Amino acid sequence: MLLAITVSYLLGKAALIGAIVAVSLGLAMYSTWAERKVAAIMQDRVGPQRAGPFGLFQPLADGLKLFMKEEIIPNFANKFLFVLAPGLAMVCALMSSAVIMWAPDYTMADGTVYPFQVADINVGILFVFGIVSLGVYGIMIGGWASNNKYSVMGSMRAASQAISYELPMGLSLLALLMVTGDTSMRTIVQQQDSFLHMNVWKQPLAFIIYLVCAFAELNRAPFDMAECESELVGGYHTEYSSMKLGFFLFSEYINMFISSVIMACLFFGGYHYPGMDWVQAHAPQWVFVATCILATISKGIAFILFIIFVRWTLPRFRYDQLMNLGWKSLIPLALLNLLITCAVILKFFN
Amino acid sequence: MELLTNRAQIVERKPMTFAERIYLPGILKGLSITLGHIFTKRATYSYPKVKRQFSSTFRGLHILNRDEEGRERCTACGLCALACPAEAISMESAERAKGEEHLYREEKYAAKYEINMLRCIFCGLCEEACPKDAIYLTQTFAPSAFKRETFIYKKEDLVLPLDPAKQIAK
Repeated sequence: MLLAITVSYLLGKAALIGAIVAVSLGLAMYSTWAERKVAAIMQDRVGPQRAGPFGLFQPLADGLKLFMKEEIIPNFANKFLFVLAPGLAMVCALMSSAVIMWAPDYTMADGTVYPFQVADINVGILFVFGIVSLGVYGIMIGGWASNNKYSVMGSMRAASQAISYELPMGLSLLALLMVTGDTSMRTIVQQQDSFLHMNVWKQPLAFIIYLVCAFAELNRAPFDMAECESELVGGYHTEYSSMKLGFFLFSEYINMFISSVIMACLFFGGYHYPGMDWVQAHAPQWVFVATCILATISKGIAFILFIIFVRWTLPRFRYDQLMNLGWKSLIPLALLNLLITCAVILKFFN
Repeated sequence: MELLTNRAQIVERKPMTFAERIYLPGILKGLSITLGHIFTKRATYSYPKVKRQFSSTFRGLHILNRDEEGRERCTACGLCALACPAEAISMESAERAKGEEHLYREEKYAAKYEINMLRCIFCGLCEEACPKDAIYLTQTFAPSAFKRETFIYKKEDLVLPLDPAKQIAK
């Protein structure tokens, strides 16, 4: 049966997309604030304090600073690609939010069901995985279009890191798929309806592998070889200034938020929280849906805090150690996990 | 090869144990240390509200002293300017007139006395060189300003105001 595309349907989807983008942008902005504050607290100092109470206006000040800087495009750089790359990074960061299920369906007064998921495609996980692979393009194009040898080197390293960690990510997701039986994100979230049914208990090793690979895909410590190169020498965003640089940096934080929410959906039960059934029975539907959305976002925020926590604790991996870990340690581990999952399913659940 | 000193440290290059190779126990230990630091006291002073105590020998801005009767001690001898390694002090002397005995101690006094705070390195050599105990480095430091000219402190900025000196004398 074909999808009935009416004006109200389009408006509903547009509203949901707008809300998701706004929430992602806002949360990514304040995760820069949280990063500085958490980093400070773990280092026995106080973070930003001056820009507003507790430094809450600091991200606005940073954004304003980036807007006010001069837009430089290097002379022999490929202009189209140079401007395209940060946009590509930002688009890929935002696109993977299309399959996340933020709350259970909302049944409106006249019977129409409004799903809190922008696109319920039946290959949800594969879509996420594909978008993550596309994210490499932003980095590679950025480095190439800068017409700078250091940028190309930095972007090649970042791209090879991203590519090598996609494999164990995919393999660990395969094991998860064998457990859930369906690739659609909606089914995966709906299956984890209590604390004991969370996928992390069924696939702990897959969760650890996925977590490590997510850190590597986000170019986030301890795998931030791409960033540290840019602090030291160059890296793919050397030649970028003003808002193009802002887009690169911001897309990293948006990616962090969206990856966190996807991890929460895949392994930690998405919008489910303890006491959900009581709220569903005793509260109006919009309250219930609001609490579910809050639960999803809180789980995402918890992961963001964990990512920040790990960044300011661990030293960086050297490039060859990083490659060794991806190819020689994580892929065999993911394959082993797959074998164990197959064996357990065949023996106990057949 | 024989070691020439006994300060050599043998570096252990043992291969990593299984627990070290999977990184996770080490990571968890590190995470627990950082988690502990969240609950310790902050080491930051919130500066304009809370200021650290300087030691009593802190070398800050200069003042030109007066003696117990309120007369200026500085005789414009130029020893401070000579001692200054940054050549920050300059002065012009003048002779004490008839009715000014209560203002200046000796017959020679400094009519113009300028210290260029941008050149001054706050070493305290002028304070050590002064034979009359006239120049002294206090515990304030130079406030910031917008123009370079503001940093050349004239005599009026430097000399101790009259009333506190009389109060000290009392």
